[in-house]
Amino acid sequence: MGDTTAAILFIATLIAALAVVYRPLGDHLYRVVCSTRHLRAERVIYRLVGVDPGGEQSWSGYARGVLAFSAVSVLFLYAFLRLQNHLWLSLGLPAVDPDGAWNTAVSFVTNTDWQSYSGESTLGHLVQMTGLAVQNFVSAAVGISVAVALVRGFTRSRTDRLGNFWVDLVRVTVRVLLPISAVAALVLIAGGAVQNLSGGTDVHTLTGAVQHVTGGPVASQEAIKVLGTNGGGFYNANSAHPFENPTAWTNWLEVFLLLAIPVSLPRTFGRMAGGDRQGYAIVAAMAVLAVGSIVTINVLQGSHHGTVPTAVGAATEGTESRFGVLDSATFAAATTLTSTGAVNSAHDSYTPLGGGVTILNMLLGEIAPGGTGSGLYGMLILAVFTVFVAGLMVGRTPEYLGKKISAREVKFASLYFLSTPTLVLAGTAVAIVTGWGRAGMLNSGTHGLSEVLYAFASASNNNGSAFAGLTVSGTGYNTALGLCMLLGRFLPIVFVLGLAGSLAAQQPVPASTGTLRTDQPLFVGMLVGVTLVLVALTFLPALALGPLAEGL
Amino acid sequence: MTVSTVEAAPRRQSPRRAPGGLLDPRMLWKSLPDAVRKLDPRTLWRNPVMFIVEIGSVFTTVLAIGRPSVFAWVITVWLWLTVVFANLAEAVAEGRGKAQADTLRQAKRDTLARRLPAWPDTAGEETVPAPQLERDDVVVVEAGQIIPGDGDVIEGIASVDESAITGESAPVIRESGGDRSAVTGGTRVLSDRIVVRITQRPGQSFIDRMIALVEGASRQKTPNEIALNILLAALTIIFLLSVATLQPLAIYSKAANPAAADDATLTAHGMTGIVLVSLLICLIPTTIGALLSAIGIAGMDRLVQRNVLAMSGRAVEAAGDVNTLLLDKTGTITLGNRQAAEFLPVDGVTPLELADAAQLSSLADETPEGRSVVVLAKTRHNLREREAALMRTATFVPFTAQTRMSGVDLATDGPEATRRIRKGAAAAVMKWVRDHGGHPTDQVGGIVDAVSASGGTPLVVAEHVDGRSARALGVIHLKDVVKAGMRARFDEMRRMGIRTVMITGDNPLTAQAIATEAGVDDFLAEATPEDKLALIRREQAGGRLVAMTGDGTNDAPALAQADVGVAMNTGTSAAKEAGNMVDLDSDPTKLIEIVEIGKQLLITRGALTTFSIANDIAKYFAIIPAMFAAVYPSLDTLNVMRLHSSTSAILSAVIFNALVIVALIPLALRGVRYSPAGASAMLRRNLLVYGLGGIVAPFAGIKLIDLLVQSVPGIS
Repeated sequence: MGDTTAAILFIATLIAALAVVYRPLGDHLYRVVCSTRHLRAERVIYRLVGVDPGGEQSWSGYARGVLAFSAVSVLFLYAFLRLQNHLWLSLGLPAVDPDGAWNTAVSFVTNTDWQSYSGESTLGHLVQMTGLAVQNFVSAAVGISVAVALVRGFTRSRTDRLGNFWVDLVRVTVRVLLPISAVAALVLIAGGAVQNLSGGTDVHTLTGAVQHVTGGPVASQEAIKVLGTNGGGFYNANSAHPFENPTAWTNWLEVFLLLAIPVSLPRTFGRMAGGDRQGYAIVAAMAVLAVGSIVTINVLQGSHHGTVPTAVGAATEGTESRFGVLDSATFAAATTLTSTGAVNSAHDSYTPLGGGVTILNMLLGEIAPGGTGSGLYGMLILAVFTVFVAGLMVGRTPEYLGKKISAREVKFASLYFLSTPTLVLAGTAVAIVTGWGRAGMLNSGTHGLSEVLYAFASASNNNGSAFAGLTVSGTGYNTALGLCMLLGRFLPIVFVLGLAGSLAAQQPVPASTGTLRTDQPLFVGMLVGVTLVLVALTFLPALALGPLAEGL
Repeated sequence: MTVSTVEAAPRRQSPRRAPGGLLDPRMLWKSLPDAVRKLDPRTLWRNPVMFIVEIGSVFTTVLAIGRPSVFAWVITVWLWLTVVFANLAEAVAEGRGKAQADTLRQAKRDTLARRLPAWPDTAGEETVPAPQLERDDVVVVEAGQIIPGDGDVIEGIASVDESAITGESAPVIRESGGDRSAVTGGTRVLSDRIVVRITQRPGQSFIDRMIALVEGASRQKTPNEIALNILLAALTIIFLLSVATLQPLAIYSKAANPAAADDATLTAHGMTGIVLVSLLICLIPTTIGALLSAIGIAGMDRLVQRNVLAMSGRAVEAAGDVNTLLLDKTGTITLGNRQAAEFLPVDGVTPLELADAAQLSSLADETPEGRSVVVLAKTRHNLREREAALMRTATFVPFTAQTRMSGVDLATDGPEATRRIRKGAAAAVMKWVRDHGGHPTDQVGGIVDAVSASGGTPLVVAEHVDGRSARALGVIHLKDVVKAGMRARFDEMRRMGIRTVMITGDNPLTAQAIATEAGVDDFLAEATPEDKLALIRREQAGGRLVAMTGDGTNDAPALAQADVGVAMNTGTSAAKEAGNMVDLDSDPTKLIEIVEIGKQLLITRGALTTFSIANDIAKYFAIIPAMFAAVYPSLDTLNVMRLHSSTSAILSAVIFNALVIVALIPLALRGVRYSPAGASAMLRRNLLVYGLGGIVAPFAGIKLIDLLVQSVPGIS
């Protein structure tokens, strides 16, 4: 089987598998968030934290819940990292320094999982399991909860209640993320991923050197790393490490898991909105962008651009031979399209335009299909813009799912849309003129610029993958990127919830033949167009001086 | 608005499409001084996009003075022109309204009012200037005098020349009581004498409001306009950010390539200010930003051209969103009155006999129904000449509410006894027949039911000759005549997603039949004003927007409740107060046009927004290679238009950006082409024209301008 055939098979089976889980997983999520029943375990949790599961919250109450929970999480994780040397299973590792701890705490709470440290040589098992892995679960659940609250805004009428954040958080964690992760971890162990509490073993390499290979609870963390679109690896090498991602088929499984929930959430949206076709429209827009990106990056990586790639047949530098160039490219596209940020190859070594596509994927705002929950709400915000312009063009006050898109809604959507580009562009500009910013760059010229742009795109969009090359462990980058992660996560969430509150208060307008149909190919095409044009217009100058100048 | 304006602009062109006024190129020239005056930042800041352009222009002017070059000055001039062109669009739109306001002002001459302070005692009449009249003052107006203010006639009847506001030269009758009591200040009484109670405070009269409306002085941003402005502001901020953060990246890139020579766009200090401002102005949505207010003003103006006054832009916009249209049956869907359509004889009576009797009984009946019976008998049975002798003996029996029938008694001189003919409501006539010894068969009842079921009104004709028992002759089938073309109009409405509901006082059976014939979606039968109000509330509770027309005082609550309430100018001032639009032609079908204008207004905004944003793609392809190809020659690949040089490319983009505003002024004033269609078809068409067109047009335009400017010395 040739490389190309294998790559096509890899992508085709992936799409087929996602198509198969779209309905059952989406329906399961729908039942979970719309159920009125509480499991006994959940009731225990509600009693422990003192929450009335029957009481619903307004948008500001919901937002306060998200912010309070996340603030406590950051503080707790920060303390954990700073005190790890006093705790069990620290493997004798010292406390994490303050700016590294801040950056890591923010990174995992915001579902970014940007890692300015090397996992196996910085963190003990206890921190990995009860600090980072816990945030992997709950940060993913926070994203899904916020998305569900936005959908409730569309589907409810004349109310200021958007549901209960604590109930959504607990249910999504207990009924969706935990069971799927448990099964996925077992499958990964079967595939060869390690799962132990070993402090590591010394092995003698072929050249005679001694290498310390750390063991640990890897498979369990790997499962939620991809399922929750987190991306924070147990090892520095992330999914390129054989203990995390041992074989070609676990590679396929990881790509599948990181796409599964974001791809299925539109189904949940459609079910809640009372029209499966609405869900199909959103997932279709996501699919067009994602497939386009995956195919482009495969073609660019396989098309022998440059001297070395031409000599060896493809851009092999920085890729694992277990996975091959093309399947690594697909992984790279999927991980940047989903805000996961796990990597199985070095994006820094990609062809300039191939690397440019990974940056573009993140700059899309992580919406195709995006992170768990954040992908859906990001795409719905773009749908709001599309509806606004398209709605005017059919001669009515724009409405989406019966809700009018007027000044207040446009304001929240605009604020959402302004947040991350501001962080990316301002962050890049600041880094490039400051000493600490330039000092971290490995390369000069266009490639150096791409490294910095990648870092700020990744942090601000809560992706968490790194371009490599850039040294980000210094105080400057730790602080700046930490701020980008924090603001890039919670500003949009507050605006999304504000939009949800404004929509929920409205009385829906009944649909007629004069109403813009949002479940048809024409709308899907326009949504894709609006997304591409808005992103291209915002970032083209910056991209021109980075990947475009280097690659053209 | 005046007679002359109406002559200049045909009132109704094609009924199919909302037409707009044409742009006279002289208007551009005449509005230029206004456009320059609008450069004042104190007024311009209201339009954030153009305000940014003005700040940019000031900035480049300073730079051009400090470091003069042909390129710097040409860019500066074109940036200023961009702002002027935007102001020009607004000035032209306002200018058309101003011309109308001037003619209106002539009607508002200084009038003296004859106030009656002691009304109803007419003594103590005093003369005061019209502006000093207060609400509830009572004035008397006689033939030849001008009515000093808006009010209701409380005594008398007069013919009034209202051409000053309606443009209609035929006088109208205004009388106390009923639904034709409202008079408008500035109109002239032609005959007789009326006493008027003033209903408006000075300065708030109808004519004052009209002047303010057409001048655009009281124009406030409508909800959709505000939302669109927020979107445009957000886009402007994004591009501001994109351009501002580009400078550090440019300096970095230049430093990384010390070998690249400095040029007019990029030096070691970064991009020149001129280039940065040019990029910014090209990217921010100037096209729609420049035309937005002109579109709104022109939309109101299009209504005024159709003799409709909207009290707010919000109402015009709401018209585009209307889900349910309430239409009065009489006058809107059907011709004013029922007409006789058929004679249906019974029990062996010949059609001729029945027609003859029906005509005889209707000869003195002046109602339109009665007339139509005479006409039908004439056309069907050629009955026209009546013996003079016969007519001399005829005694006509008028219709009363008690008898519910009318007719004629023919007393003959000869041996024959008196012949009485009656026609009227079935029950009443049948009772009359029985009372006079007749025994009508079931056949009559059958026909009456059949006529009713078909939506018609049955009139039974019977005769009674002295000495014989009375007998029923047959039935006249009176029918509502649906106006031509209404069915097609309602089909169109349905395609646009608007539900039409017919309001009628008829019984449900009749209403059903007419509704089916006219093709409306629903009907409200035996409607009282309370029913109407309840229907509107019900529709609104379901989230629907409702539009209706009305003229009577009892329509006022419903007009006020409706989202779009169009009051007829002939109606009462209570109705005119309650509605948010007034139709000076008092044509209830106008509502359909108002909806179309509302939609056209939104479509024009959406289409030009799409066009404006789509334009940016080509501008990037012009400017990005122009700025950076010196540092990174590979970026010249993006110069797909093969523009001559970096300076000519940037200049071409700036010039295109300015010229496209002027090119689109006619479209903004006229509104984009609108034909009723479903949402999908409309979106597909507009996306193709303004989306795809917006992407392609600037590639051609910029290339063309580049071919011209590259020959200018000092540019390339």
